Amino acid sequence: MPKGLYIHVPFCNGKCPYCDFYSVSPTDSLLERYTEKICSVLKEKNHLTFDTVYFGGGTPSLLMPERIGRILNDINIKSGAEITVECNPSDTGSESGRFDFEKLAECGVNRISLGLQSGNDRERQFLGRRAGAKDAERAVRRAQSAGITNISLDLMLGISSQTMQSLEESFDLCVSLGAKHVSAYMLKIEPDTPYHNIRGKLSLPDEDEVCDLYLRCCELAEKHSMYQYEISNFAYKGYESRHNLKYWHCEEYLGIGPAAHSFINGKRFYYERSLDGFLGGASPVADGEGGDFEEYAMLALRLSEGLSLSKTNERFGFPVPDSIIKKAQALEKQGLVQINKDSISLTRNGFLLSNAVISRLLLE
Amino acid sequence: MAVSKDKIRNFSIIAHIDHGKSTLADRLLEITNSVSKREMTSQILDDMDLERERGITIKAHAVKLNYTASDGEDYILNLIDTPGHVDFNYEVSRSLAACEGAILVVDSTQGVEAQTLANTYLALDHDLELVPVINKVDLPSAMPERVANEIEDVIGLDCSNAPHVSAKTGLNVEQVLERIVADIPAPKGDDALPLRALIFDSVYDSYRGVIVYVRVMEGKIKAGDTMRMMATGAEFTVVEVGYMRAQSLEPAAELTAGEVGYITASIKTVRDAKVGDTVTTTANPAKEPLPGYRKVLPMVFCGVYPADGNDYEALRDALEKLRLNDAALSFEPETSGALGFGFRCGFLGLLHLEIIQERLEREYGLDLVTTIPSVIYKIYLTDGSVLEIDNPTHYPSPANIDYCEEPFTKAHIYSPSEYVGTIMDLCQSRRGIFKGMDYITSDRVDILYELPLNEIIYDFFDSLKSRTKGYASFDYEICDYRRSNLVKLDVLLNGDIIDALSFIIHSDMAYGKARKIAEKLKDNIPRQMFEIPVQVAIGGKIIARETIKAMRKDVLAKCYGGDITRKKKLLEKQKEGKKRMRSFGSVEVPQEAFMAVLKLDDNN
Repeated sequence: MPKGLYIHVPFCNGKCPYCDFYSVSPTDSLLERYTEKICSVLKEKNHLTFDTVYFGGGTPSLLMPERIGRILNDINIKSGAEITVECNPSDTGSESGRFDFEKLAECGVNRISLGLQSGNDRERQFLGRRAGAKDAERAVRRAQSAGITNISLDLMLGISSQTMQSLEESFDLCVSLGAKHVSAYMLKIEPDTPYHNIRGKLSLPDEDEVCDLYLRCCELAEKHSMYQYEISNFAYKGYESRHNLKYWHCEEYLGIGPAAHSFINGKRFYYERSLDGFLGGASPVADGEGGDFEEYAMLALRLSEGLSLSKTNERFGFPVPDSIIKKAQALEKQGLVQINKDSISLTRNGFLLSNAVISRLLLE
Repeated sequence: MAVSKDKIRNFSIIAHIDHGKSTLADRLLEITNSVSKREMTSQILDDMDLERERGITIKAHAVKLNYTASDGEDYILNLIDTPGHVDFNYEVSRSLAACEGAILVVDSTQGVEAQTLANTYLALDHDLELVPVINKVDLPSAMPERVANEIEDVIGLDCSNAPHVSAKTGLNVEQVLERIVADIPAPKGDDALPLRALIFDSVYDSYRGVIVYVRVMEGKIKAGDTMRMMATGAEFTVVEVGYMRAQSLEPAAELTAGEVGYITASIKTVRDAKVGDTVTTTANPAKEPLPGYRKVLPMVFCGVYPADGNDYEALRDALEKLRLNDAALSFEPETSGALGFGFRCGFLGLLHLEIIQERLEREYGLDLVTTIPSVIYKIYLTDGSVLEIDNPTHYPSPANIDYCEEPFTKAHIYSPSEYVGTIMDLCQSRRGIFKGMDYITSDRVDILYELPLNEIIYDFFDSLKSRTKGYASFDYEICDYRRSNLVKLDVLLNGDIIDALSFIIHSDMAYGKARKIAEKLKDNIPRQMFEIPVQVAIGGKIIARETIKAMRKDVLAKCYGGDITRKKKLLEKQKEGKKRMRSFGSVEVPQEAFMAVLKLDDNN
């Protein structure tokens, strides 16, 4: 079975004040040493074949097409594989930018995910985004003219001063740019981020307003004939992120780079959040067994297709326990869960409460 | 070789909290060489460890001191200390009954306080000779002369010979011993009469069984005698008798009238050796038991539940150990729909409740949830019968109630006069009836109020302290039952009554309290997947209502590079969180919400 490959690129030119992803400032020599290390780790994994590759970050576009190409050169990729690179509008869309999408496409990259966050520059500034919406637009056009048309754009929900109107404008912008996929994440102020210290002063929309923005976003997607296939993800049919679906389908993937997680041969493991450690050859840390029913169900319930009764039986040799079905029936009355012929799934309101709903279904 | 009775002095030390009773006791032990100075510190340390380990208060409640007085004679001084931190009438009373005199310690920086007087009256009830001692004279703020005048004025005790001491430094403590010898009468009592010995305390020892501390009033007792507990009728063969030394027991051939000592007789349970009972012998039994002292009855009740249901057995063990030398503590199993298995406990008063609760938590490491304290109400039913209830769960249907009565107290509050206004405000707000005010000195007053017991049982003392910057002291005694307009308040979550939160209250206070409870619950119960009505009701009538809005958002939106662990941990955390929740139907209530309601007071 081909696996997914995730490469974590822990470099950013600056740190966005809300972000708690692992990243450090890049220098050319660091980028070089990092690329070499990734290649050497991958050489040891040349018995694996991948049908999805995802460069996530941080800012993978900082590697530039040349280094991305070297990494892709070293691995067995199934033909027709989905190869995604996350791009930052500031280095791929700036007017003076030299980022070569043609070359990126030549390396085999066929999907990019771009951090638009908002079509409104004031909202982007709040998020600490250095580039404007114009830069994002330019990056999309450049990618498209290089033949990379499978484009995903990220939106953020719950930004200070965001309104239903501005959200609609942002979503419309995604569609008019030709995005095939939109991810919309609710802003969460994580501990150990600059915004956490001043969270009281950020005048963020309250819980109810964020929920309304989320539900509005779902409607906008529907209006544009995109469908919601996961809590935060929308796409035209056939343009779902195949790589991310591997996570939610509880399929196996290899993650390389500091803070990257893997699930291979039934075992979960991850690299520590340290670039120095990774470059110094640190081994991944074991994180126990993966893929049991509870985990499978927890992930499946994030998807609109939900937890399939027949697939559960197929995979585990036992049916979805009655206790879960009973609890699902109670939650269906509250409008949080939907029970179909072969599946249990969460409604939009259920998605908003997914932690509580899933834990009630699975853990009590 | 019995000592001549006129060389024996049996005495207690009484004082208001923190006036230096324990320090003075320590000093007396030291200067009579019962404990060396070096051992003094190590003894204190050992005690704390042992207390924790054994679960009982080991510190000698009575100790025999040898003292050679200035008249050249050797005396036996039996110091019967009231146990450590417990400051209740009944605890003091049990010690006083075994004595002929008492040292009254008064802090020269504070003066006469509520318990100084309360204890003095108790001592006078027992016809004890009082020896006033003015303590803490080493402190710069000491006013010994003024305090001496206060004692003379308020108590009517001659202070011209009162030692001015510092128990801390040892200054003039020798004078206290001289006064004991000179002023406290020697015990009387005839060795030839049938044995009558008063049990004033007991401890459990895993090797010897119950060790009974007695004061022999008449007759004598020795190993081999068959003794009988006059109240319970239980009989035992005496294994050993002797004296309590500071750090050990000292066996003796016999105990005779006037002496204080211990008896062991392989007594298995403390219930067979009730504190206050009279010991006699089967060979020559006494006709009448000693008057003993006022039997103590619990006045304040509350449910005590382990926060973690698995600790139920541990809680039972702990309560049993505490009851060994605290006859006033009562408990029986009780079940609550809200809190699971626990115990209905009876206490003498609020301080007693707090001390027991603190000991359970500190010494036994238990995490507890206690319900709102209740007193004993008398409910007169329309069919002519009377119910006495201490648990709101047993409150009958209002339709069957003719009328109710609640216990009232006579309360003395001693305070600097500047706080009179705020104290009266407090008492009025607690349905108090002002009975009078006396000036003890030009700037200290004794305010007398009649207060319903249920108004003072849970935060009255704290409120009093905070309103008077800690200067006021307070003492009360139950006086009578009075007809009162009582109602039972029920708390409903999502329509279900939460039994642990029900309580009985005067109808005038019901609306205000109900609103506060509803607000507190709303603030302390986290939003859940659906809207939860919080209601407070009298009978079927809702008198306060709040709504906990439904939670709308609880989601981990972003997928972190395949980091499933993070999601799993989140779910595990929710699972853990639920352990600290109590489920009522579909509503989950965190313990903090209970605590918040139970701690409800004037200020919030």
